[in-house]
Amino acid sequence: MINPFTHKYMNGREALGFAILAAIIFVLFPLVLEPFRLNLFGKYLTYAFVAVGLVLCWGVGGILSLGQGVFFGLGGYCMAMFLKLEASSPENTAIQSTPGIPDFMDWNQLTALPWWWEPFNSFAFTIFAVVAVPVVFAFVIGVAMFRRRVGGVYFAIITQAIAAILTILIIGQQGFTGGVNGITDLRTLHGWDIRTDEAKTTLYFVNGVLLFAVLFAAQFVRKSKLGRLLIAMRDQEDRVRFSGYDVANFKIFVFCLGAAFAAIGGAMFTLQVGFMSPSFVGIVPSIEMVIFAAVGGRLSILGAVYGTLLVNWAKTTFSESFPELWLLGLGALFIAVVMAFPNGLAGVWAEQVAPRLRKLWPGNAAAPENTPAE
Amino acid sequence: MFSDYSMSELTAIFAMQGFAGLILFSVFVLMALGLAIIFGQMGVINMAHGEFMILGAYVTYLLSNFFEAYLPALFSIYFFIAMALAFVVSGALGMFVEWAMIRHLYKRPLDTLLATWGLSLILQQVYRSVFGAREVGVTIPDWMIGSLPLTDMIEIPINGIFVMVLAVGISVAVYVMMYRSRWGQQVRAINNNRVMADAVGINTAWTDRMTFAIGCGVAGVAGSAFTMIGSTGPTAGQLYIVDTFLVVVFGGAGSLLGTIASAFSISQAQSILEFFLSGSMAKVLTLLTVVGILMLRPQGLFAMKLRK
Amino acid sequence: MSENEKPKNYAGMSRRAVLAGGAALSASLFTPKFLRAQDFPTAEINTTGLAVTDDTVTIGILHSVTGTMAISETGSVQAEKLAIEQINAQGGILGRKIEYIQEDGASDWPTFAEKAKKLLVNDKVASVMGCWTSASRKAVLPVFEQYNGFLYYPTFYEGLEESPNVIYTGQEATQQIIAGLDWVNQTKGAKSFYLLGSDYIWPRTSNKIARKHIENFMDGCKVVGEEYYPLGHTQFNSVINKIRLKKPDVIYAIVVGGSNVAFYKQLKAAGIDMTKESPILLTISVTEDEIRGIGGENIEGAYACMKYFQSLDNPNNEAFVSAFKEMWGDDMVIGDVTQAAYLGPWLWKAAVEKAGSFDVDKVRAASPEIELTSAPEGYVKVHENHHLWSKTRVGRAQADGQYEVVYETADLVEPDPFPEGYQ
Repeated sequence: MINPFTHKYMNGREALGFAILAAIIFVLFPLVLEPFRLNLFGKYLTYAFVAVGLVLCWGVGGILSLGQGVFFGLGGYCMAMFLKLEASSPENTAIQSTPGIPDFMDWNQLTALPWWWEPFNSFAFTIFAVVAVPVVFAFVIGVAMFRRRVGGVYFAIITQAIAAILTILIIGQQGFTGGVNGITDLRTLHGWDIRTDEAKTTLYFVNGVLLFAVLFAAQFVRKSKLGRLLIAMRDQEDRVRFSGYDVANFKIFVFCLGAAFAAIGGAMFTLQVGFMSPSFVGIVPSIEMVIFAAVGGRLSILGAVYGTLLVNWAKTTFSESFPELWLLGLGALFIAVVMAFPNGLAGVWAEQVAPRLRKLWPGNAAAPENTPAE
Repeated sequence: MFSDYSMSELTAIFAMQGFAGLILFSVFVLMALGLAIIFGQMGVINMAHGEFMILGAYVTYLLSNFFEAYLPALFSIYFFIAMALAFVVSGALGMFVEWAMIRHLYKRPLDTLLATWGLSLILQQVYRSVFGAREVGVTIPDWMIGSLPLTDMIEIPINGIFVMVLAVGISVAVYVMMYRSRWGQQVRAINNNRVMADAVGINTAWTDRMTFAIGCGVAGVAGSAFTMIGSTGPTAGQLYIVDTFLVVVFGGAGSLLGTIASAFSISQAQSILEFFLSGSMAKVLTLLTVVGILMLRPQGLFAMKLRK
Repeated sequence: MSENEKPKNYAGMSRRAVLAGGAALSASLFTPKFLRAQDFPTAEINTTGLAVTDDTVTIGILHSVTGTMAISETGSVQAEKLAIEQINAQGGILGRKIEYIQEDGASDWPTFAEKAKKLLVNDKVASVMGCWTSASRKAVLPVFEQYNGFLYYPTFYEGLEESPNVIYTGQEATQQIIAGLDWVNQTKGAKSFYLLGSDYIWPRTSNKIARKHIENFMDGCKVVGEEYYPLGHTQFNSVINKIRLKKPDVIYAIVVGGSNVAFYKQLKAAGIDMTKESPILLTISVTEDEIRGIGGENIEGAYACMKYFQSLDNPNNEAFVSAFKEMWGDDMVIGDVTQAAYLGPWLWKAAVEKAGSFDVDKVRAASPEIELTSAPEGYVKVHENHHLWSKTRVGRAQADGQYEVVYETADLVEPDPFPEGYQ
């Protein structure tokens, strides 16, 4: 096995784990899945961005945010605004009383584009905003909370309330946001039709590449001194503080990083699915995203991706065959993961499967992720 | 907006609006008390709190049907029996949940949050399978519907009075239990120092179970009472969750007085804002203010001495 | 009282019900009674690869059976299954039995889009009966247009839409609103209106149309308040006080979901007795389905304006109601949307038979001017804009949870999804 990463940030075993995941995403899925299913997996992968961010915030940093949907949604909305403006060219919207503005604005008697929509005519600005808007938002929340040493359960509940507030705001301001319907009927990106199967497949690969960029970033953070400090803070916050570190700054940083990941996922989601709606901003999706990370193993970056794929695949499959049983299954999954497998899939792998594999083939280091038990 | 109205009209409106605020206050207290016991005394976040409330509501629904069919003579008082039964049923479920789930997770408070969320999903689906996806209509005895005309202009809703009396009654009961009974002493001892409490011979496991059960039971009573003012359906419990948590956190965990004070301030703020603004904006502003204050004062209004 | 999600006789409703329901329905259909499959070779009637075999045709049912919307959508699913069952009992469509694939939208709009795509791309269904909320329809619309599917959408909704791939079997906003406002103005002398709604697009658009109509087309009438509450809001005492202060003649309420129950219970508790009609309560969002949750005694005396009430007195409706109860249980109630959902499969059958083909393009071309004399609501006709011509009715809520019809427009009301003067 040739290891391209002879780096302190990634050992051979981890590199193999990355390689296996890359093979699955870039080779296996495109080969075995028909376009419709591949597109679905593309959608799942956008959630994986959030889950990876949660691994950093929650698993490594001990900060449980129940409002990651906020950042996912903000990123998605930024992208949706750009696409909507492109879809609302004066020719496409000729039947409206004010052509050239998005249809939902016209229905709400807006006669001009609000000023804060204007910059989203520019793709460059949009790319910038997709990351910047959620990160600034996360920064404000983070500064306010972590500087005052709000943590744990309180932080979780406050982020939950923020998700609720933002949902009500978006729904209430439907002239500017599309309301509960969201921003729908997105068509092209710079003239490139994003609705065709070929476009979806291309987007799937873009998505995969971005996900890997995020995975490498996350791996880097984990293995850096920052990552070790985060773990130390999670376990003994005061000791880290007394050692002279500014605990709040690290927390703010990792929270912003998680927000940025979620935002990229949101933007990709908008591209792949073709719309964005406030139902991603609320509490329920935010908590579901936590379970993706938990199923994968809250400490494992790669586990988060597997967890996301597995839960969503199960959701699609079960809800196709037994819609009424799906909620029971999901609920049971939450409980089982917490009670029986606190380290999720990665834990099961590290504790059950990997040791046996090693017995079978001594010398083979085929464990994708070494997950220390708590 | 007031120039068109006479003085007496305004007085009447303000009186009724004040009363509306008090009703909202009572609703918040009822919602939050059960959670305050569980979260404040045990540090457990029960995301299924809303579903325990709805369990109480369904018990009331079943009992209303039962009385209508078999004991129509006693229908006018069935509601009291329903509330007692709601307490028992929700409490019993709470006891079971504590035994099966919560007690394994006392050291991982964030994990109880996830596990109880899972529980809430399961309960929702169970309600849906048993009672159907539609809302059920709970028939309320006639004397509990309608209003008392205080003057020509001022009308006081009877169910509002009922909810208020109930809120006061349950608050007093909880206060007595927590601060005047031996059991309450034990609960607080455990909250302060579990190991020491164990060492001096308090049966911590049993006390925990009872605490959780009573918290859930109170939620059940609240749910039973809310059949008078709200809907009963599989997902109705979700409507209450955010408000409830905010009330408890805003009040400061572990403080009964704090919960009541926070319920009072949030309900008054919301009720006054709703009168002057549109409903959605009032809600957003109230939540924003609460979150803002929590950022400045994360320990809540009335905090016990916390040591992390 | 356990509300079973499965029909009582799952293997097939009793023959009597099928015959009773079906006979009334088929008698007046203009299509020939017995179409044999061999008269219509599959290769000729299905040139686009839809799921049509020599003796079956597959359609999709796409509603939420889980999540918050399951409350509302259950009735639609039941009605669609009933219609399919009855059509099959009559011999199906072009000699082919209808089979259906049911998917769960789970009250989640992206899930709706995903499932719609699955139905169209994987299952190749010939048409889809589905969606309830505007948001779910907006989510699936691009999918239907891209893959050229055909959707029958049952809910009364805000209008502002006219897709070649959708037939709207419910009323659009102007059909539902204007007749009711004129009626309350003319027969009750109402002059001032307080508009109230849940905070999303349908109530806001509907109230916008109502406001325009009140202010521009009704002499001396005015709107004294307009207000929106978040979905799921349960505390209405403040707004009730505001209403008292403004003393409107009419409370025009478009509150939906769980909020509905809270609103009417609190209205009654606050001493506003709707049977005294001061103020009058006029709603366009409470069907018989919703009254089950609200409780008839809490809404008695309120007026609702829509196109169908379960109490409609005509032979079509009697047959429909008894067949529905036969299949799903005696305690069922049927609301406006449930009836509109029931029309979907029948309208599709009529269009397919008129076109002599399952091809979506041909069915679309055949759809305008399709008539249904057998509809429970009476006679309906498909307009060129894919909405239905239908009568609008006003009903007064009774304590038993039913509406007593007090008014009915003389003629069919033309659907006008993009109303001039109301934008």
